[in-house]
Amino acid sequence: MQGNETKKARLTPMELVIKYGFLVLMAGLLLFFSLSSEFFATPRSAVFIFQSVSITGILALGVTATLVVDGFDLSIGSTATSALMLSSYVMVVWEMSAMWAVVFCLIMGALVGLVNGLLIVKMKVPDLLATLGMMFLLVGLQRIPTEGRSISTGMVMPDGRVTEGVFSPSFLYLGRHKFDFFIENLIPVSVVVLLVLGVIVWGFMELTRHGRLMYAIGSNARAAELAGTNVNRYKVLAYMISGVLASVGGILLAARLGRGDIASGNNLLLDSVAAALIGFAVLGAAKPNVFGTIIGALFIGILLQGLTMMNAPYYTQDFVKGAVLVVALVFTFALSKRGGAH
Amino acid sequence: MQNTAVKIQGLTKAFGANNVLRGIDLELPKGQVTALMGANGAGKSTLVKVLCGVHVANAGSVGLYGAHYMPSSPAEAISAGVVTVHQSINDGVVPDLDVASNLMLDELAGGAGFFMNTRKIRAKARELAEAIGLDVDVRHEVSELGLADRQLVAIARAMAHKPKLLILDEPTSSLSAKEAGRLFELIDRLRAQGVAILYISHRSSDIKRIADRIVSMRDGKISGVFDDKPLDYEGAVKAMLGRAMSEVSLDIPQAGAPVLRLENMALQPDSKPFSLDLRDGEVVAITGLVGSGKSELADVLYGQARPAAGQMKLKGEVYAPRNQAAAIKAGVFRTPKDRATNAVIQGFDITKNITLPFTERHAVGGFIKHMSERKTTRRMVSDLGIICQHQSDDIGSLSGGNQQKVMVGRWMAEASNVLVLDEPFQGVDIQARRDIGAKIRETAKGRATVVMVAEMDEAVEIADRIVVMAEHTIKGEHRNENIDLNAVLAQVAGVESGQLNAR
Repeated sequence: MQGNETKKARLTPMELVIKYGFLVLMAGLLLFFSLSSEFFATPRSAVFIFQSVSITGILALGVTATLVVDGFDLSIGSTATSALMLSSYVMVVWEMSAMWAVVFCLIMGALVGLVNGLLIVKMKVPDLLATLGMMFLLVGLQRIPTEGRSISTGMVMPDGRVTEGVFSPSFLYLGRHKFDFFIENLIPVSVVVLLVLGVIVWGFMELTRHGRLMYAIGSNARAAELAGTNVNRYKVLAYMISGVLASVGGILLAARLGRGDIASGNNLLLDSVAAALIGFAVLGAAKPNVFGTIIGALFIGILLQGLTMMNAPYYTQDFVKGAVLVVALVFTFALSKRGGAH
Repeated sequence: MQNTAVKIQGLTKAFGANNVLRGIDLELPKGQVTALMGANGAGKSTLVKVLCGVHVANAGSVGLYGAHYMPSSPAEAISAGVVTVHQSINDGVVPDLDVASNLMLDELAGGAGFFMNTRKIRAKARELAEAIGLDVDVRHEVSELGLADRQLVAIARAMAHKPKLLILDEPTSSLSAKEAGRLFELIDRLRAQGVAILYISHRSSDIKRIADRIVSMRDGKISGVFDDKPLDYEGAVKAMLGRAMSEVSLDIPQAGAPVLRLENMALQPDSKPFSLDLRDGEVVAITGLVGSGKSELADVLYGQARPAAGQMKLKGEVYAPRNQAAAIKAGVFRTPKDRATNAVIQGFDITKNITLPFTERHAVGGFIKHMSERKTTRRMVSDLGIICQHQSDDIGSLSGGNQQKVMVGRWMAEASNVLVLDEPFQGVDIQARRDIGAKIRETAKGRATVVMVAEMDEAVEIADRIVVMAEHTIKGEHRNENIDLNAVLAQVAGVESGQLNAR
């Protein structure tokens, strides 16, 4: 479905706009920023963009997985911050190794997804409400062990004990190391993680039968069920993918910050949802898709980086993101319907 | 010309390069039912959508009692007096509101004032309901009503506007014969009041019962108008297809060994148990009214429900599927009725729709082999005569009949032990119906085939054996040769089959 099949029919101008409009817009934006700022079109700047969107992008992949089965996961942001706090707690308070921190977080993410999925398929709670409830639950839960304080070495615990554990170097490596790629110290680990996960999730969604069935569920769950698909199992799977990816994002955030910062990660939910929804407009897909999600995340990154280099004030960022999202949604829904293409 | 309610001249409509209406000239007289026939893709739906304000025509004019009429929205059409009852019943009603609110919905939506006077609304609603012979408590929620009553609610709501032209788009496709009868009585009454009625249907029995004249459409044009009594139905079919339709002559083969045996099966705790053998190479039509237990039987065969009593044996082994997946695994397939809600995956192309249940057979290590699934699709496209430009065409771009062929093809693409087809001819034109029917019979060898149909014509056209269901049990069986239709119809209505010979 994604551009690898050549249709004989000529595309009308409207269809061309729907299909390539967003990519053209992005290319135009790149050109504009490159001309206006001499530092924009440099490898360092490109990597900076990648790094700024890598965690959002990973979470957005999870959002995409739930959108594919016609679900929605509002709890990803708080799952990520829970992973951030949990990994810090494991290393700083329990004084365990980086590997355990990662393992605990991934299990936590999978569990959150499992509970979300079961609430939705077994308890029949609507997806938005179930994951909203989970979001509140996690936001509250991650504050209880430390009585609402951030976690760092040397902090005093509620029982009066002083923490002695430290973030292990191998954990911080995940957030701070940069691989050499033609230029020394160019590619951060998080960018590599995003690309690897992106390829895996893309392959799963586009190439395997499981991805195919998940799309079928998203389009017509009843028909998929009558065709013998285990709809509930795939829905739960989608939420577990979402939970695990969110916890990966949280781990990378913790590794970058080097402390269990209770206040970070506020924007994760909205940014990643925006990236996944912008992805609808890429190549006229008009449905959740992994390639579009990555492009969507990049688009936001490029826009913010460019505006920052042109000295736009930081407080305009959310406004710009909102505007981009609205434009992308118009591309997806209004234009594609009027063209009679569907 | 005060007798002409609607006069359509030179109406055209194109979607992109696709000319759907190529100059329609048509008059609809008042106080008469005009039946509109046309193959899938002839442009019937588009014509209706232009008349009810969903699409705007490219050229041409429509006159309504001499006044220019060209609505740009459904609301405008309704206020001009053109009211449409659509095929999918639930489009016409709001299930979560009570009947009274549904009947008065347009008034509520467009009316003045802020608070609702519930008592007044109910009184007015009761009046409307009475006027069309709808006998329900207006305080009930519509979701509690049966399909026929919902349909009548939708029509009653339309009647509140005192329509000049009433358009009915396949109104009986989800109704039982009895329910349809009530609808026809209502149409008779409206006709007597002088309403012009445009009635769209594929069902010959409907058209013979209700129509004063028949108009045939083909390739976006009117291909024939028949208003001499008695109506020339065959001529209309010929005009719609561009050639005559031959009678189906069946050659009933010797049935093979039983594939699936149903033993002392009770579908409900209090229903009478029955036994039934489904044989190799045999096509069995199961017919009966809505609510006769056909759907429940299909559910049991396909693992979606369990019988209250009795058991099934598939090739000698006990067969008790836990769910659909288990049934498929045992080689029992089912094409569901109502393809839009139960079968079609919008946004998928033909190939993905066809291979949906069998992705496992087209995959290695979970990865789909595109060559393999395309090969299957090519075979089904040519076997069933699915008209499309390419097998990667989006399913939504196909006409209704071709979509139905894809849905049937989905389950004929792989070999099965038992194939259950639930209303496979729903909403398809006679040509597509013959194509599908012929294919079902042609491939019948090696499996037992069960076709659930409400229309007797369809049963006679396809089956070796006709089984009649009523009250959740089998009322009679007939070999499809020199069949006594009156006896069958009596059984359909629930009369016991004491003296009637069961094969």
